Amino acid sequence: MMRFSTLVKYPADWMTGGQGEHGAVLTSRIRLARNLRHHPFPGWAKREQRAAALELMRPAVEALPLMKDAFSQELGDLNAVQKQVLVERHLISREHAAHGVGSAVVIERRQTLSLMLNEEDHLRMQAIRPGLQLTAAFNMLSELDSDLEDALEFAFDPTLGYLTTCPTNLGTGLRASVMLHLPGLVLSDQIGQVLQSVNKIGLAVRGLYGEGTESLGNLYQISNQSTLGESEATIISRLERVISQVANHEQNAREKLLDDDPEMVFDKIGRAYGVLSHSHIIDSKEALNHLSLLRLGGTLGVFPPETVILCDTLLMDIQPAHLQLHAGRKLSPDERDAIRATIIRSRLHSVASPSNRSTTDASKPLSDLPNPGDP
Amino acid sequence: MKCDFCDHKATVFLTQLVEGQMKKVCLCAPCAKQRGVTDPTGFSLADLLLGGMAGGIAPAGNQPPATPGGGRKCPTCGFSLDDLRRVRRFGCSDCYTTFSEEVGQMIRGMHQGASHIGKVPQGLMALHIRHQRLEALRSRLEQTIAAESYEEAAAIRDEIRNLGEATLA
Repeated sequence: MMRFSTLVKYPADWMTGGQGEHGAVLTSRIRLARNLRHHPFPGWAKREQRAAALELMRPAVEALPLMKDAFSQELGDLNAVQKQVLVERHLISREHAAHGVGSAVVIERRQTLSLMLNEEDHLRMQAIRPGLQLTAAFNMLSELDSDLEDALEFAFDPTLGYLTTCPTNLGTGLRASVMLHLPGLVLSDQIGQVLQSVNKIGLAVRGLYGEGTESLGNLYQISNQSTLGESEATIISRLERVISQVANHEQNAREKLLDDDPEMVFDKIGRAYGVLSHSHIIDSKEALNHLSLLRLGGTLGVFPPETVILCDTLLMDIQPAHLQLHAGRKLSPDERDAIRATIIRSRLHSVASPSNRSTTDASKPLSDLPNPGDP
Repeated sequence: MKCDFCDHKATVFLTQLVEGQMKKVCLCAPCAKQRGVTDPTGFSLADLLLGGMAGGIAPAGNQPPATPGGGRKCPTCGFSLDDLRRVRRFGCSDCYTTFSEEVGQMIRGMHQGASHIGKVPQGLMALHIRHQRLEALRSRLEQTIAAESYEEAAAIRDEIRNLGEATLA
């Protein structure tokens, strides 16, 4: 069986491939909720009933062709840091990390597919792809779901569809979500307006890890809320259409900022580079916000294009649990801030300083982009 | 801003629609953790507001039903109507049959529609198709008997028998 250290040794392809739609779309995620017929849902089940459901599901999941040689572990056998690493990688939910004995996780070797057993629902299955690839992610997960049907009897009602613990997931049990990087809309103060209109058409907007209202690093997740009354394809195509529009708005905002106030843009990017490459103590929030500007610099040609991948990798590596995994021990917040700064400084060695590039030089790669004023 | 549960600084803010009304809760990190406030998609604010616990629905125990008819229970899992009203979640898939009236009220306005469109489990699809085929054969059998074409009727009867056996197997 795959060891935890092997699983998390390398970043997944989806963590470093987020250059779709001008770098505005990082990842596409699909989640399906399924439950076993005749078994009480995990939140209501007694300990032995949960164990019985797990005993039924785990061998079925491990036997899936797509899950060959997967990482499979009961949550009670993972320590707090290991669970948190999986949360930071979006491989398990925070709620699932709070579970112990009686819940398990099975993660495919490439970290593309992850199945949570006895989460809020008996099965929460997830597929992640880089860029805007919701359909590809859905097809992969749906194939796995169909394979599982041969071994497990899912709770399904002809009218209500797949039955779930919470009625908000009824029907398709589908949650499609996309992670977006929107610094242009934030800098030009248009973000509120754009997100509000996204919200109005029934889509949910959240920050990097879903919590709170504040978005760190100009990262936003947009997902569907309605799961019943529309097919998976309809839900996904609507979301994809909205995401493309938001990505276009972002691109227009960047171009307009460069036309109207290039000094402001390059000043922010330059300062972010300065702080990241020279600080010795940096907290998560400050690091994420500066990395966002560095990433923007990567897409604007201030830094080489690989900078975008470097930022996306760092995004994961500077999270608290990842730092503790890296250090091999528990770290106090102060220690984390110091190690975080060290890691960022060392990675930035390979990125040349933008200081000797003038504003005009830096904006050169943009000249082949369409001018917003042109027909 | 202070945490709604203690006097620490709130760092987690939740806004959700609960029974059609916008509800806000502010929590500090320890309280959020303790109450299992984690992934907002997997967490119902109603649990917090109504005193339940996330990550494990606290059973109502032997308390008398809080509302008229609230003691009505799901025969499969023992989940009561009061439990449903408290946590806005279900105990098992059969609860959707037990509390079908309440389900109708709960999901009104929650989704784009009220009936499922989309993927159907393959096994159920086959069953569904077989049911339709059986229905069609039975009505044809009646017609052929009425028309006194007994040879054809015998063939249809055999086909029904085969399909019926396949269903049982």
